[in-house]
Amino acid sequence: MANLIKTKRGLDIEIGGKARQTIGSAMPSETIAVIPDHYHGIVPKVMVKAGDKVKAGTPVFHDKTVESMNFVSPVSGEVTAVNRGERRKVLSITIARDPEIEYEKFDFKPLAQLSGEEVKAALLQAGLWAYIKQRPYDVIANPAKAPKAIFISAFDSAPLAPDHEFVLHGQFDDFQAGIDALGKLTEGKVHLGLRAGSKSTDFRMVHGVELTEYEGPHPIGNVGVQINHVDPVNKGEVVWTVGVQDVLFIGRLFTKGIVDLSRLVALTGPEACETQYYRTLPGASIAPIVTGNVHTGIPLRYISGNVLSGMQIEADGAIDPYATQITVIDEGSETHELLGWAMPRFTRFSNTNLYFSKLLKCPLVEKAFGKVQFKWDARLMGGRRGIIMTNEYDKVLPMDILPEFLIKAMLAKNIDKMENLGAYEVAPEDFALCEFVDTSKLPLQAIVREALDYLKSEVE
Amino acid sequence: MSALRNYIDKIKPNFEKGGKFEKLHSVFEGFESFLFVPNTTAKMGAHIHDATDSKRTMIIVVLALVPAMLFGMYNVGYQHFLAIGQQMGFWGTFFYGFLAVLPLLLVSYIVGLGIEFISAQIKGHEIQEGFLVTGFLIPLIVPVDTPLWMVAVATAFAVIFAKEVFGGTGMNIFNVALITRAFLFFAYPTAMSGDKVWVRTDAAFGFGGGQAVDAFSGATPLGQVGTAATSTADITGILGQPLGFWDGVIGLIPGSVGETSIIAIAIGALLLLVTKVASWKTMLSVFLGGGIMAFVLNQFGPDTAYANFPWYCHLVYGGFAFGAVFMATDPVTSAHTETGKWIYGFLIGAMAIIIRVFNPGYAEGMMLAILLMNLFAGLIDYYVVQANIKKRLKRVTTK
Repeated sequence: MANLIKTKRGLDIEIGGKARQTIGSAMPSETIAVIPDHYHGIVPKVMVKAGDKVKAGTPVFHDKTVESMNFVSPVSGEVTAVNRGERRKVLSITIARDPEIEYEKFDFKPLAQLSGEEVKAALLQAGLWAYIKQRPYDVIANPAKAPKAIFISAFDSAPLAPDHEFVLHGQFDDFQAGIDALGKLTEGKVHLGLRAGSKSTDFRMVHGVELTEYEGPHPIGNVGVQINHVDPVNKGEVVWTVGVQDVLFIGRLFTKGIVDLSRLVALTGPEACETQYYRTLPGASIAPIVTGNVHTGIPLRYISGNVLSGMQIEADGAIDPYATQITVIDEGSETHELLGWAMPRFTRFSNTNLYFSKLLKCPLVEKAFGKVQFKWDARLMGGRRGIIMTNEYDKVLPMDILPEFLIKAMLAKNIDKMENLGAYEVAPEDFALCEFVDTSKLPLQAIVREALDYLKSEVE
Repeated sequence: MSALRNYIDKIKPNFEKGGKFEKLHSVFEGFESFLFVPNTTAKMGAHIHDATDSKRTMIIVVLALVPAMLFGMYNVGYQHFLAIGQQMGFWGTFFYGFLAVLPLLLVSYIVGLGIEFISAQIKGHEIQEGFLVTGFLIPLIVPVDTPLWMVAVATAFAVIFAKEVFGGTGMNIFNVALITRAFLFFAYPTAMSGDKVWVRTDAAFGFGGGQAVDAFSGATPLGQVGTAATSTADITGILGQPLGFWDGVIGLIPGSVGETSIIAIAIGALLLLVTKVASWKTMLSVFLGGGIMAFVLNQFGPDTAYANFPWYCHLVYGGFAFGAVFMATDPVTSAHTETGKWIYGFLIGAMAIIIRVFNPGYAEGMMLAILLMNLFAGLIDYYVVQANIKKRLKRVTTK
């Protein structure tokens, strides 16, 4: 039986627009944009120019520091432009796709005969290394330093999160191959986190992993929380993390010998119409999926990822390589609430008891007055202030960390304090809920990101 | 509503950079965000946010203080008409108190908010709401007869030196309202202690004039205990009527405006606890600390009137309950760690009783106890944080 870890800290936010378990049809995106900024901390060296023909799996740029680390095109077609911004920073490489995708062929020995070093070289060459991230710093893993363990969370607890089990259905051979490949990269264990009580028959059949079950509200599905409970990162140690769906890409490389980055993303959110799954590619425009498929009349916000830690994109923006969902919500810039701070605001959600949302959600009240649907938009709902309330962050961060003090150390750029208070264990996404509940409306994820970058530049 | 919105949108450019009233930008922004929830949207990070904000938090605290304020006004009137030996109906009594307390409230808000507005403009910040609470607290913790100019000076001192120099709301070390009181206490001791200041015998704006009756003595119950020459003190009201535990709970006794009624304070405490704005851990531990320390002194303390003052009376007389509910729980100046809150609260309660019993100069220990622990809150947190750090380091070495 798997180990069980329980926590009560956290918060499941109720938002309308969860994806149905059906697969919708959408035209494939005509162009694909490979955007270096999606890969945090990478300095790109472009390897193609406009007019070049590429196949799916052809490198388009590599990292300047780790030169063997390629980033590849997900489609075959013609490079239409290398867009550069100020100081020649590479903004994106756009590729017009062929109607039929041609794949670059990789010839590897059968997986069972490959050594760890060979697997590593294969992943770097095929551009799949980008899907392996590391703690500390929450950046693409440094291939030179072996991890003490690899963590994969098989479920996503974020608001409106896709059901990975549905997405992976029928692809467990590829998944198993991916796990086997990852297993060769570490001397330690490969951990797979499951939601406690879930059937997850497919995941339970996977070999070569240490299963752990987790029970509790979001962010329990965050791999950072799972690491903190199972095998926390100490100074000098490295843990790698891989998105559960990204394991498929790695598996396909070894089973089929191609880089096939196609995946199902969930279209979610209160302002999306047909909330279901759509097949797409990293860097593809979301336009074919969302055009005519969202509510009109209000300004909308499109998010590549979930509402807490996703990235805002345009209506025709590119979906980022790590995103497994697209969320559409009301932007809220046209909403003017008179005296909001004094009003009962029955339709707004608060994790505090300063509004009635907690009361409205209690079963008796729901029975008497019916279910409330909370309204959501992208407003901050208040002004930015210094940290006033205490114990707010702790309630939604189920890690053995003192978040308020860590944030203060990060703001002060105090390296010793950050180290001591657990900066090596956290990623910006772990603070997403803290940012949501914060009375002072501080941009905590940005603070953590900046502090981790600073720490990395100073320590390494 | 949309007419108001349109009007604001129309005049808004005047207050922006380069506009006619650029200097009033912070003030305008303050009023705009007061009227309408700001529609600034998240540009990075979390795309949705909790409906709560600092305005909502502060207004709940003010709401929690309203029962104490209303009762305080009534009590000011009640003590006044008792002192001058006149009969007055409920509304007349309240109206007198209202007239007597209103100037204190106005002076506190005008001076404090004025400084907040100016410093927000200088720093280019938004106006911060912290003073909404502070400004409401100040009239509640001073004697009703405090001269208005003193309140003005003390408020200005506290807002500038206890808050703005530290960086504004959320950055201050000491509770701003208590600094106001401490400033008054040490700068103008005659206006803040003794038996002349707690009951107003003069008319308020010409209403309720009269002469104090012969039996009148305006000393607070704790003042009487502090100055008692015998080893047990019989506390009395202003006309010599004996007082017991329940008089302290009801609160028709002389004292600072808002501190006397435990019932009114309890209503506020209930609101703070239900909404979780105040920490129940801090609140409870203050009462525990005070009760236990007073009980110990009852049993083993020196044979003075104050040491023999029953422990349950300690908790209901003077500013103890008010401080425990509204001052010790100030999230900014209290300990920030959960373990720290227990220690912080307990020490406040214990220290308040120690100051009361062992320092006859200060009949009231709560103010100094809280200020003292404000200073040590950081140290308490330091040790709690250090424990977390040690645990993390141990994780490395045990492997």
